[in-house]
Amino acid sequence: MPPRLELRNITKSYPGIIANDDISMSIMPGEIHAVLGENGAGKSTLMKIIYGAAQADAGEIFCDGKPIAAHTPATSRALGIEMVYQHFALFESVTVVENIALAVSSTFDLDALARQITELSNRYGMPIDPHRRVHDLSVGERQRVEIVRCLLQAPKLLILDEPTSVLTPQAVVKLFETLRQLAAEGCSIVYISHKLDEVQELCDSATVLRNGKVTGTARPKESTSAQLARLMVGAELPEMHVSPSVPSDKPVLEVRGLTAPARDKYGVELKNISFEVRGGEIVGLAGVSGNGQAELISLLSGERTHGNALSIQIDGKAAAHLNASERRKLGMAFVPEERLGRGAVPPHALWQNAVLTAHRSGLVRNGLVDRKQASNFAAKIIERFKVKANGPQSSAQSLSGGNLQKFIVGREIALEPKLFLVAQPTWGVDVGAAAFIRQTLVDLSRSGAAVLVISEELDELFEICDRLLVICQGQVSPPLIRTKTNREEIGLLMTRVDRGNGTNGRGEVAIQD
Amino acid sequence: MDLFIAIFTGTIIAATPLIFAALGELVVEKSGVLNLGIEGMMLMGAAFAFWAVIAGLPMPVAILAGALGGAAASLLFGVLALTFLTNQYAAGLALAIFGSGVSAFLGRNFGSAPIDALKKIYIPYLSDIPVIGPMLFRFDPMVYFAIVMFFVISWFLYRTKGGLVLRTIGESPETAHAIGYPVIRIRYLAVLFGGLMAGLAGAYLSVAYTPLWVENMTAGKGWISLALVVFATWRPLRVLLGAWLFGGMTILQLQGQALGIAVPSELLSALPYLATIIVLVIISQNRQMLALHFPASLAKPFRPAT
Repeated sequence: MPPRLELRNITKSYPGIIANDDISMSIMPGEIHAVLGENGAGKSTLMKIIYGAAQADAGEIFCDGKPIAAHTPATSRALGIEMVYQHFALFESVTVVENIALAVSSTFDLDALARQITELSNRYGMPIDPHRRVHDLSVGERQRVEIVRCLLQAPKLLILDEPTSVLTPQAVVKLFETLRQLAAEGCSIVYISHKLDEVQELCDSATVLRNGKVTGTARPKESTSAQLARLMVGAELPEMHVSPSVPSDKPVLEVRGLTAPARDKYGVELKNISFEVRGGEIVGLAGVSGNGQAELISLLSGERTHGNALSIQIDGKAAAHLNASERRKLGMAFVPEERLGRGAVPPHALWQNAVLTAHRSGLVRNGLVDRKQASNFAAKIIERFKVKANGPQSSAQSLSGGNLQKFIVGREIALEPKLFLVAQPTWGVDVGAAAFIRQTLVDLSRSGAAVLVISEELDELFEICDRLLVICQGQVSPPLIRTKTNREEIGLLMTRVDRGNGTNGRGEVAIQD
Repeated sequence: MDLFIAIFTGTIIAATPLIFAALGELVVEKSGVLNLGIEGMMLMGAAFAFWAVIAGLPMPVAILAGALGGAAASLLFGVLALTFLTNQYAAGLALAIFGSGVSAFLGRNFGSAPIDALKKIYIPYLSDIPVIGPMLFRFDPMVYFAIVMFFVISWFLYRTKGGLVLRTIGESPETAHAIGYPVIRIRYLAVLFGGLMAGLAGAYLSVAYTPLWVENMTAGKGWISLALVVFATWRPLRVLLGAWLFGGMTILQLQGQALGIAVPSELLSALPYLATIIVLVIISQNRQMLALHFPASLAKPFRPAT
C-alpha cells in the first residue's frame, strides 16, 4: 500500500531564512503522525506546503502514490486534505454556517447544512450555534468551527495545528476519541502540538523539526517526554522554579459584586463576581472560552468601564469607572489575548509598539516621541526577554508568535506594574517561549506584584498559579488552592450545569476559607 | 396633483443613473476593491452609447455599447490595481481623469443636436390607471431595469454562494485564498461588473436623460454614487433609497428654480448634494452596523502567497 502522503526532500526558503531544509516524511492511511517543533522550526511552512497554500522550492509531494502537480489549496481539498489552521481561516463578518458553506462543495442549502453542523458538533461534544456570527465567538469557539468544518468533509488527511489548547480536559478526551475513530476509518492525521503528553497519548509516530530540519523521528508511545523535548529544543528544557508565595496583607485587585450585562446578544452576562488578588501571588482564571472571560477582561482592563466605581478596586482605590489609561496610572499592566491588533500594531516597528504603553516611562518628551529613548527601551526588552528579532526596527508582524508575545509581556513588565493582567499568555507560543513566559510571570509575582492569569490551558494554570478561579456562564467560583485541587475537579466546575440555586452547591470542593 | 406626479416621476428618472453606478460600485467594493473612477467609466459609457446612436445603431445596441465602454475602462483599472497591484486610490483617480479626457476626445464630432431619446413604454392597462398609471407605469425600460438590478444584486449578495464568496473576499482575501477561491479572478469579475453598471449609467444619461452630448455631462454623478455606497454603509437598500433622495432633491431644486424662489440658483443646485450627504451621514452613525457591512480589506492590494 502506498503512503497516504509522502514528502521527498522538501526545501523552501524565504528571504534570509531557510524555512524547510530537505524534509522527507511519510504517513500511512489511518496513521496519526505528530509533527513536533518549536515556533520557527518550520512546522507551519511545511503544513502550508502540504496543503498547497505555499509552494516548495524543491522536492516532491505524493498523495496515495501519485505526485501532486500544480498544488493549490483547491487541489488539496479535492484530494481530501483538510487543515485546521492555528490562526483561524474564518471570516468574521458572516455566520458559522456561512463560513462552513464556503468550504464545502455541496449545494448551497444553509438550513440543511446548519442541521448537519448542529448534529455533528453535538456528536463530538463541541456544540456550536451555526447561526452566530464568527465575530462574536471566542477563540476556543472558533476552533470548534474549524474542526467541525473539516470533519464535515470526511477528509482522507486531516492536518490539525495545536487543536487542544482551548479545550477542557473532558473535551480533549472526546476529541481524541473522534480522531482515533477517524483514523480507524482510514483517515490519516497530521497532529501539530507542543504538548508532549498529548502526542504520546494519541500519535503513532512523530517527526521532530528544529530550525527547518528533521532532527529525528520517534514512536511517541515508546519515548519519554524528556527524549522528545530534547529532540525538539536541542537542549534540556529549563525547569520551572516556583517558590512559595508570600501574599500581601491587602489585595491589590479587589472585585466586589461585579455584575454587568452582556456586550451583545451573544455575549455573556456577568453575575455578582467577587474575588481578589494579593501582591505576591498568581491567581488563575480557568474556564472554557465564551463563558464571560471576554466581558470580564474588558471590564478589568478598562476597555469597558462600569458605573459602580467600587466594584473594581486597584490598590485600594475605586477603579471600575476609570478608563484603561487611568487604570494604568494606578499601576496596572495588561497583556490581551490577541497579540496582533490589540497587543501590538502589526506593521509598526517594535520601538513604536513600545511607545504604545510605555509612553510614561520617559519615551515622550514635550509631547514628542523620543525615538532614541524608545529604541533603547525596546532594545532592552529584546535583550532581557530574549526576543528573537532584528532589533527595535523590526515590525511586530515579522516576529513569530512566541517572540512577539515575549516582547509584549516584556514591555508590560518593564513598566514595573503592581497589578498584572494577562490573557492566554502562551496561546500559540512554542514550548521554549512558553516556559520562559511562565517563569517570567512567576518571578514577577514573587517580586511582589499581583498577577491574574486568564487562560484556557489548565496545564499552564496548574504549573504557575497559587489559587484558581473557574468562570462558567458568567459566574466565578470561590477560589481553590492549587495544591488542594485537581484537574478533574476544575474540569467539572468548567462545565457545571447551573442547578438553579446559585453556584455554591458543591460539597466536596477544596474551597479556600 | 400633476405637479406631484411630475416631481415623483422626475425623481425616479433622475435616480436611475445613480442606482446603476452605485450598485455597480457596491459590488466592486464588497469584493474589497475601491474603484474611484466611476465618473470616468460613466463618461465612457455615455460617449460610446451616444456614438452608437448617431452611427445609426438600434437603441438596445447603443446601450450595450455604453455598458461595454464602461467595462473597457474598468478593465484598465483592473489590470493596474489587481494585476500590477497599483495603489487603488491612484489608479481610480487616474481612471476618472482618463475617462473624462477620452470621452471628450471621442465626443468632439458629436455635435450639439439632441437625439431621439430612449422611448418610454406605456405598460398596457396599468398605465391607464389614474395617478398610479402615470406615476409608475410610463417609464423607459432602463428605469425598470435599474430596479430589477437592485433586486438581482441584493439576492446575489445575500442569498447565493457567489455573493457570500464575494463578500468574504472583501473581508479577507488571504483566508479566501487559503480555502481555495480564485481571489484575483473574482475581483476582476466584480470590477468588470462595476464597469458595466457605470457604463449603463452613462448611457442612460446621454441617450435617455438629456438626451444630447455635452462634455463632462455626468457633472459629478459618479462621485455622488461613490459617496452613496459609503454612506449607505454598503447595503443595497440604502443605496437605492439614497439614490432616490438625491433624485428627489435634484427635481425639487429644479422646480424651485422654475418657481423663482429667491435663492441663488447655484445654491439650489448644491442642495441635492448637501441634503444627500447630510442624511446619509446621519444614518451611518451606527458603528456596529458599519463594522458589520464594511468590507474590511477595502483598497488593500492582495497578492496570493507563493
